[in-house]
Amino acid sequence: MYGTIRHEIRINRSAADVWTLAGDPTRLHEFFPGIASCQVEGSTRVIVMESGMPMPEEILVCDNTQRRFQYRITVPMFKHHRGTIDVIDLHDDTCLVVYSTEADPRTMALVIGGGTAGALDELKRLMELDTTNDTTNDTTNEGTH
Amino acid sequence: MGRKILFITTDQQRYDTLGCNGGALSRTPVIDQVAATGVRYERAHPQSVVCMPSRSTIITGQYPSTHGVWMNGVPLPEDAPSVAAVLHEAGYRTAIIGKPHFEPFLDVFGRFPENGFARNNNFGPHRGFEHFESATHSGAGQLHYARWLQANHPEAIGMFYPVLDGSLEVNALGGGETGAPQVWDSAIPRDWYHTDWVADRTISWLDSLDVQDDWFCWMSFPDPHHPWDPPQSEVGRVDWRDVPLPDGYITDQAQREAVLDAKPRHWRAWYDGRVVSNYEAPLDWVPATLTPDQIREVNARNAVEVELIDEALGRVLAAIAARGWTDDVDIVFTTDHGELQGDFGLLFKGPYHVDGLMRLPLIWRPAPSSGTTPAAVTRPVGLVDLAPTFCIIAGLPVPSWMEGKPLPIDDADASTRGFERVLTEWDSELFGIGVHLRTITRDGWVCSTYQPGSAHDGTEGELYHLTEDPLQHVNLWGDPAHAATRSDLVADLWDHQPAMRSPLPRVEAPV
Repeated sequence: MYGTIRHEIRINRSAADVWTLAGDPTRLHEFFPGIASCQVEGSTRVIVMESGMPMPEEILVCDNTQRRFQYRITVPMFKHHRGTIDVIDLHDDTCLVVYSTEADPRTMALVIGGGTAGALDELKRLMELDTTNDTTNDTTNEGTH
Repeated sequence: MGRKILFITTDQQRYDTLGCNGGALSRTPVIDQVAATGVRYERAHPQSVVCMPSRSTIITGQYPSTHGVWMNGVPLPEDAPSVAAVLHEAGYRTAIIGKPHFEPFLDVFGRFPENGFARNNNFGPHRGFEHFESATHSGAGQLHYARWLQANHPEAIGMFYPVLDGSLEVNALGGGETGAPQVWDSAIPRDWYHTDWVADRTISWLDSLDVQDDWFCWMSFPDPHHPWDPPQSEVGRVDWRDVPLPDGYITDQAQREAVLDAKPRHWRAWYDGRVVSNYEAPLDWVPATLTPDQIREVNARNAVEVELIDEALGRVLAAIAARGWTDDVDIVFTTDHGELQGDFGLLFKGPYHVDGLMRLPLIWRPAPSSGTTPAAVTRPVGLVDLAPTFCIIAGLPVPSWMEGKPLPIDDADASTRGFERVLTEWDSELFGIGVHLRTITRDGWVCSTYQPGSAHDGTEGELYHLTEDPLQHVNLWGDPAHAATRSDLVADLWDHQPAMRSPLPRVEAPV
């Protein structure tokens, strides 16, 4: 059975700034709890959990104009998965970030959704930590293009 | 040296499964003896009828609305108050051994500390427990019991019932001789089963203490919560063919369905398989298909699990006696919530505030050195009263953040200290289905009022007289003859119901 979960958060930072982190497929581990690293090759991303378990994904959309990133987990236990991160400009130097999860089985939408909510919290924390400190091009990035 | 506390919880156990409460199916001589020398509560209710909110109430002494664990899958904040921390700060040695479930079990990202201890070969501290050793209903997973099985008896892991199905829903798969859901023949040897493991680990921890130590040990058995898969070697203790149908099961189908139709609509909708409002019941199981023989077999397996717990407790009490502690040990026995177990033709649990889920076994045997007289308490009490009780046992003041009161030692004490009512909450929001109800039990009545949700418009309710209708078959909510009673109870409920915490904590997982 199909399930959808959506979380959103308002961040006191411009959409362009937030997109540099949220829209970079190599940097998910910087704000998603429980993910240790991610590697991108072409349209394939492999995230590795803190437990060491790898999870392959296919990148579906990385639209720098709409500021939309979409991907799907490709392990067989999912009949369907689609994760979407939208960064929406509120035109007041703040933005709304929406992280949506669709999954079949639906239980995984809820399990992953709990993680995406934590990811939004951490994204906000990082982006608002010090707006004078440029976190938009983090050189500690462990991902590889 | 003060009083020590052995706190025993089971999971999802009905009031009527103990001999001391009139149960005739399982033999529970150990707990019956504890009850005979202590205080037995005849109307003890949880503040939620599912695990995580109820267990969070036990540890915090707060209602779900206050501690914020408003449904399964909402983690108790790490900095939430804890009676274990209060006791530990006062010098008590503290442990929880068995099922904790203050944080979600389904945790693919490894975000919750409860699930990480065993993976990292740690045993706490956590939430005031200096020793934290965990188990649940399965041999698979991340908890200490599962790790112990993986290391010592890996062949046993596949012997357990698969709690979740391929879609990660609660499994509807049937087994045994009747095909009853969540019944399973398990080849696991008894001494590898989690009930005996919890007792073994408890004895080991107690043995590690100095005889002069004061201690608080929460021994938390995962059974008799489904799956009903006790070791096959023990199943012959109770032949399901000899098990009578429970009083709460209405044999006549038309009568059963008429009783359901008189309750708020989610009752019948679940029975017919049209709506499964909560994750705790199998999505692919239709209660209307439940047969009398399946109910017999579920009850037989459940009784076996209850007997194994009783015997495990007996071993722990013997170990306590061997240390010379018995006179100074308070024993508290209860569970987190009940189980429908055939009542109304239903199994498992959900937003159904009737005795099967709400009336719990609760026994407090004060330390013999305290000179407390054995008694039965008929006044309503709640699991919210446990944390304050542990404080007064330890000679500590009850912290202001606790919302319960120390348990009464008899009805006179209960009357003097105003034990008049007990409240129970339900909230769930899952995949577009929301159910919200609040229940008060007072003066022999149980009254539930529903708030607007996906199945209710906020006008629905339930009202039963517990003496005249002990099985809650006749819903008097809409009866004009009882309108004043209903109005009085609802007003009293809202006068005492804590406001829901805001903002509402997030649901992080299904369970």
